[in-house]
Amino acid sequence: MREYLRFLSRCFRLSFHGNWQYYAWMLALTIVALVGLNAYAKQIVAGLATTGMTDQVSWGLYIANFTYLVGVAAAAVMLVIPVYIYKNRDLSNLVILGELLAVAAIIMSLLFVMVDLGRPDRFHHLLLRFNFPQSILTWDVIVLNVYLLLNLHICGYLIYCKYCKREPSRKFYIPFVFIAIVWAISIHTVTAFLYSGLGGRPFWNSAVIAPRFIASAFAAGPAIIILTLQVIQRATRHPVRPAALQLLRRIVTVALSINMFLLGSELFTAFYTGGTHAVSAKYLFFGLHGYHALVPWIWTAVALNMLALIVLYTPLALKMRYLNLACVAMVIGIWIEKGMGLVVPAFVPSPIGEIVEYFPTLNEILVCLGIWAFGLLLYTIFVRITIPVLQGRLLIDVVFHTVQHQVAAESPAAQPVVEVAS
Amino acid sequence: MKLPVIDQQPTSTCHSSSGGRNPYGGLSRPGMTRRSFLRRGAATTGGLAALAASLSPLRDLDSDDAPSVQKFLQKHYKEMDGADMEAALERIRNEVEHRYEVRPNIRDIKPMDGVEFVYALNLSRCIGCRRCVHACVEENNQSRDPEIQYIRVLEMPRGSMDIEDGNHHYDHETVPDESHFYMPIQCHQCANPPCVKVCPVEATWQEPDGITVVDYDWCIGCRYCEAACPYWARRFNFSKPTLPKADLNPDMSYLSNRPRQKGVMEKCHFCLHRTREGRMPACLEVCPTGARKFGNVLDPQSEVSQILRTKRVFVLKAEVGTLPRFFYYFDERDPFAQLTIESVDAKTVSAGSAP
Ligand code: SF4
Ligand code: SF4
Repeated sequence: MREYLRFLSRCFRLSFHGNWQYYAWMLALTIVALVGLNAYAKQIVAGLATTGMTDQVSWGLYIANFTYLVGVAAAAVMLVIPVYIYKNRDLSNLVILGELLAVAAIIMSLLFVMVDLGRPDRFHHLLLRFNFPQSILTWDVIVLNVYLLLNLHICGYLIYCKYCKREPSRKFYIPFVFIAIVWAISIHTVTAFLYSGLGGRPFWNSAVIAPRFIASAFAAGPAIIILTLQVIQRATRHPVRPAALQLLRRIVTVALSINMFLLGSELFTAFYTGGTHAVSAKYLFFGLHGYHALVPWIWTAVALNMLALIVLYTPLALKMRYLNLACVAMVIGIWIEKGMGLVVPAFVPSPIGEIVEYFPTLNEILVCLGIWAFGLLLYTIFVRITIPVLQGRLLIDVVFHTVQHQVAAESPAAQPVVEVAS
Repeated sequence: MKLPVIDQQPTSTCHSSSGGRNPYGGLSRPGMTRRSFLRRGAATTGGLAALAASLSPLRDLDSDDAPSVQKFLQKHYKEMDGADMEAALERIRNEVEHRYEVRPNIRDIKPMDGVEFVYALNLSRCIGCRRCVHACVEENNQSRDPEIQYIRVLEMPRGSMDIEDGNHHYDHETVPDESHFYMPIQCHQCANPPCVKVCPVEATWQEPDGITVVDYDWCIGCRYCEAACPYWARRFNFSKPTLPKADLNPDMSYLSNRPRQKGVMEKCHFCLHRTREGRMPACLEVCPTGARKFGNVLDPQSEVSQILRTKRVFVLKAEVGTLPRFFYYFDERDPFAQLTIESVDAKTVSAGSAP
């Protein structure tokens, strides 16, 4: 126990050490996070009127980001499955970085739910009167928190064992790994059911929403991981094998193809049938009665996703530069598709036919940026601690200040992604 | 399709980027020198100051929104016993008196046995004057700025029953407009209410007399119910409700028209502080045409029971399966051939309405 506390305190101290790039990166993130906190404080005082949401469009950017990040968290299994089920060796030294990403993403998504609440001061009511199993939102609370705990346990246990130079005992983590695999699917399925279970919103009330969520998550999530791994590799000299990135590339290609197929099926059903069920889709893609705030967004998303798909299917994707381009395109494309393209249009027109458009306010955007910055801050710290442990430089019997010296040059920092030498 | 894979040497690290970087760049020396101590102190102070600065808007937090022990410990409506409820009511009385300088007559009115309320609305008679909309606001202590309205009246072109064709913001000098009919929509008090099902904290539920209510002290403001309602019947307090002192209706009950707080959901409750004591809803009383009928459907003699038996009634969006207790019907013959209703001046009431 004392040893464990010492480990935590070392981790804490380590997160304050690095080279100047590390400091600059962390300082920038801290500033953005504090600006977001400031915006949230204003929201607390003035109410959700500080956002662009209305009685007509009662969910906006917050819930959009929440949905997207649940997908990112679920996508960590795309590293876990190859390693633990197919015994892939290229990814084995990276899987923990994916699980830590899941931890950071879940924390961010929970924060997005918190800032969306009108009465966060009554959060404890969830514990006192939990409408389970009727409310899908309570299901979501359970699956997200359990997924967070599972990943914290797996990562924490493996890192601490490594730190103590112990061989991790399989029975303490392998069962959890397999539970987490199933659980990852469940978090995104339940999140999709949140929407698809509402009969009063025809745009959401579709069986294809859950599969679409999973497919888009398994495209956007691994794309983020591809980009992140390269940044980590540049900043810490942690080895990332090209084969690992190429495996992720293949996963992303398949997932994005399925996602586009499902989107196409959805659109065919909506537009060919027409009628009331298509009005939200019509608003989204073409505008309705002179209102078309979302039209540029969704066509940007479609263009970015198509671009990514085309690049992924040509040999260009074998060059890191183009693979990265495709990843960036689809990370943004899917963010729009699931945020502005899925959450918002279901509210337009309202269930009784009124058209009120949604425009996020600056304050709302700042809160979102703040949460993203905070999440990145957390993830940077996780990586900052994990890499020296994995590389055997932060161990139980290594004197602390030596570690600080050694890793100083190799700490994570904001770095442009460069092409992998091949 | 099998794609070629580049560079598969299992051990090659892809790229090394640290060449030429000073391994000690920017690092403070180990050990607690005076300088590093001062620097650390300054960094900590700076960090805390920045944190405090970013939280500074909280200084303007309304005292009503500040957490209090009593509010924190207040139980869910269904878990309160008589004493708990009395304590809660006393707190509300004091708060209302403090803010509005009127001691309200607030009580917790229970549903009556053998009663299930339904509403029936005669579309042949409704002339779209929006008097119900405003009577409701006045009766139920809704926020005036921004104004929260529970009832929305749609102006429908003759020849269509599709609410997509309805005009929410019609603004004629007089109503009715001969080429339209009017369809008021408010909470339908569904027998199978999706809003209740989705609430994560049971802050909203259906009472035995069929009225779906909200415990404003329990709602966490997630707005899931608002997304779930197919009739757009729920309203959220995006900002602090404003109600001039002179406009307060002091006749109130816990589950209906007591003043609401910022960040909670509210909706039509069939004026339960009136109807559970044998009176009619405010919207019905004000209606100049008698288009609105309300009563106990379990009583076969009631007017609503007779309407359900004898008129051709329908419910809105029957396909979503929420089983509304709000019915629409038409008179058998063309109303405008029959009725001689004076055109009502609508400009005064409809101006600025329907935000
Ligand atoms: S109309 Fe809407 S708010 Fe009223 S009971 Fe039905 S679902 Fe709930
Ligand atoms: S807004 Fe309030 S009443 Fe509606 S679902 Fe959320 S907690 Fe329940």
